[in-house]
Amino acid sequence: MNILTVLIPVSLVLGGVGLLFFVFTLKSNQYEDPDGDAQRILSDEFDDKPKS
Amino acid sequence: MSGASASFSACPACSAAPSAVDIAARTAQKDANLALSVPGIHCAACISTVERCLSKVDGVKSARVNLTLKRATVEAAADVTAAMLVEALSEVGFEAHELDAGALSATSTDKAARELLMRLAVAGFASMNVMLLSVAVWAGAADATRDMFHWISAAITLPTVIFSGQPFYRSAWGALRAGRLNMDVPITLAILLAVATSLWETALSGEHAYFDAALTLTFFLLAGRYLDHRTRAVARSAAEELAALEVPRAIVWQDGQERELRTAELRVGDIIVVRAGGRMPVDGVIVEGTSELDRSLLTGESLPVFAEVGQAVSAGEVNLTGLLKVEASAVGEETSLHRMADLVAIAESGRSKYTSLADAAAKLYAPGVHILSALAFLGWLVYSGDMRVALNIAAAVLIITCPCALGLAVPAVTTAASGRLFRAGMLIKHSTALERLAQVDTVVFDKTGTLTRGTPELSNFADVSAEDLAMAYGLAEGSSHPLSRAIVAAAKDAGVAAAPVQDVSEVAGYGTKGTLHGQELRFGRASWTGATAGEGTAAWLKLGDAEPVTFAFNDSLREGAAQAVRSLQAAGKHVCLMSGDNEGAVKAMAMRLGIEDWTAEALPAEKAARIQQMSAEGHKVLMVGDGLNDTAALTAAHVSISPASALDAARVASDIVLLGADLSPIPAAMTTASKAVKRIKENFRIATLYNVIAVPLAVAGLATPLIAAVAMSTSSITVSLNALRLRGAGK
Repeated sequence: MNILTVLIPVSLVLGGVGLLFFVFTLKSNQYEDPDGDAQRILSDEFDDKPKS
Repeated sequence: MSGASASFSACPACSAAPSAVDIAARTAQKDANLALSVPGIHCAACISTVERCLSKVDGVKSARVNLTLKRATVEAAADVTAAMLVEALSEVGFEAHELDAGALSATSTDKAARELLMRLAVAGFASMNVMLLSVAVWAGAADATRDMFHWISAAITLPTVIFSGQPFYRSAWGALRAGRLNMDVPITLAILLAVATSLWETALSGEHAYFDAALTLTFFLLAGRYLDHRTRAVARSAAEELAALEVPRAIVWQDGQERELRTAELRVGDIIVVRAGGRMPVDGVIVEGTSELDRSLLTGESLPVFAEVGQAVSAGEVNLTGLLKVEASAVGEETSLHRMADLVAIAESGRSKYTSLADAAAKLYAPGVHILSALAFLGWLVYSGDMRVALNIAAAVLIITCPCALGLAVPAVTTAASGRLFRAGMLIKHSTALERLAQVDTVVFDKTGTLTRGTPELSNFADVSAEDLAMAYGLAEGSSHPLSRAIVAAAKDAGVAAAPVQDVSEVAGYGTKGTLHGQELRFGRASWTGATAGEGTAAWLKLGDAEPVTFAFNDSLREGAAQAVRSLQAAGKHVCLMSGDNEGAVKAMAMRLGIEDWTAEALPAEKAARIQQMSAEGHKVLMVGDGLNDTAALTAAHVSISPASALDAARVASDIVLLGADLSPIPAAMTTASKAVKRIKENFRIATLYNVIAVPLAVAGLATPLIAAVAMSTSSITVSLNALRLRGAGK
């Protein structure tokens, strides 16, 4: 059962990484235009970096 | 009708008066970020067409479409005006309107939604972790291992509950302080009691801890709260957008110069210049110029009124032909437009009586839950004499009965239904509007501007000879007066070429004149052409000394109006027509649409009174109207709809705004509304069923954290799935 001392912190850290990533997406305005983002993937215009 | 189309027709005048362009450019210099509302975009191809078209305009640095808000934001050099962008877009077939950036700033960053989303994410993260730890406990972890898992769960749960649960605590505290009970009181109590008893149990190395339940509860309820917030935020931003469409500027004549001011800065005594196509920003008296006024938004009259020096005008009237100078006698809140608010306030009192289904359920539910849980606590305390057992059971009862499904059921259904209606072009402004719409049995329509488009069309086409039409066409070609444009449209349809009329000039307020083969040709008002005026809208053509020829006009029907009336009647609703216009026009319209119950020349107060009388007779009335004379009636009705072209005051008074020009979504909206109400009730029944099964277990002390978790999650998921059925249904 000693493995738990490793596994529990590891699972918490992984979950925390997920949470931080979500916070990042929230801060970078990725939920401002959900309908548009869903449609833009079908566009034939390609660009090197996302438009701001 | 709307501010946008008014600015279109003002455009020919702009070139004659370059100052307006200069002023617009100066405003752009300060703020190079332009916002446009583009209601027509709906797909990937539209996005790239609009963005490409906007980027091609000289001086535009970047253009970005937001499909969710149907809006385009453009970053551009100082000399680019919104009018240029609107024109560029109309060339590729997209209707666009300028938005007042000032009025929009509030919506650009929706802080509250982000805050809720953040709390939801934290709660989701914590509940998943704690749930995993709990699975280990349910699977049989014992002794020190179980205690350790419980302590870790507690360490995750405590900060999360404190952070994520805040919206509930605040609302519950607010309700308690006011001496009321709302849905958040049992929620708060359940969360806090669950965490407190679980901590106590953990400290005593007990077997049952409800950390996972407290967190899933918070998570599900926050999800419901977020959906609810989003629905209202979309509606609010769209409503603000409509307000932003009317850029409130007025041109003031000061020291021999024209200056553009915001309407809020106008003073009594200012001389205001109103161009053809412009709307009166103030009440006042005409001091210079002659023209015709369109009062349809205020009174419902479709006939333009002659305007000359000395005549009083009211805010909201539209100047049709000549340039007018008006001395302001009342501005801002003092105008007759705002005074109408008194009537609205009187009608308002009847509206607030409606209790939403969710509130009605909460009123029954909240005290019931508290009594049940208190009884379970007392019963077990007396029976076993053990405080710890009794508290544990009380917590289990609260958790299991907690309105997870209830808190999720209503927002999930309203979100799905409003999303569907929004896509059909309807904006639900009021949170209970859907439920009220479902009860409607009587529909009252206004005529001018609602059933009709407010633009005339030639009605006695058959009586007019091709030569007369050609002459009228020759005169009307250069004019932007609505009747002239109707003549042009009719002539083009008939394939008639314009007669070679020379020296065409517009005589503001009277008509247009010119010369043809050496004879004077006039087209305009009865008194000016020597004809006798009859009933209804008409203009006369007079060549030299010949008898004047009558051109009669009637209001063209709005798209989908006939269809909407027919399907409402087919659905068994009673349809009425109530208008401020004269009897002839109203009767003709009623006959054309097959409406048997009609009222003409109705004053604003009469409209409201008639609706109140219908309500008193037990009818649930839906009022559809656009004018200022409808505002009181819109407020008095059980539920109300106004088109986007309506006056600001009418849109504020109504519960639902039609975003497009088409009326046909109304019957479909009523079907969707009744379906939504059916789903809400179904969801209540499902939630009750779960409670009926699980509550006896909890009261009997048989509920384990596992049972609580299963009951809560399955009921929440079932109601959400049931709500989502509405999204796809009948597509």
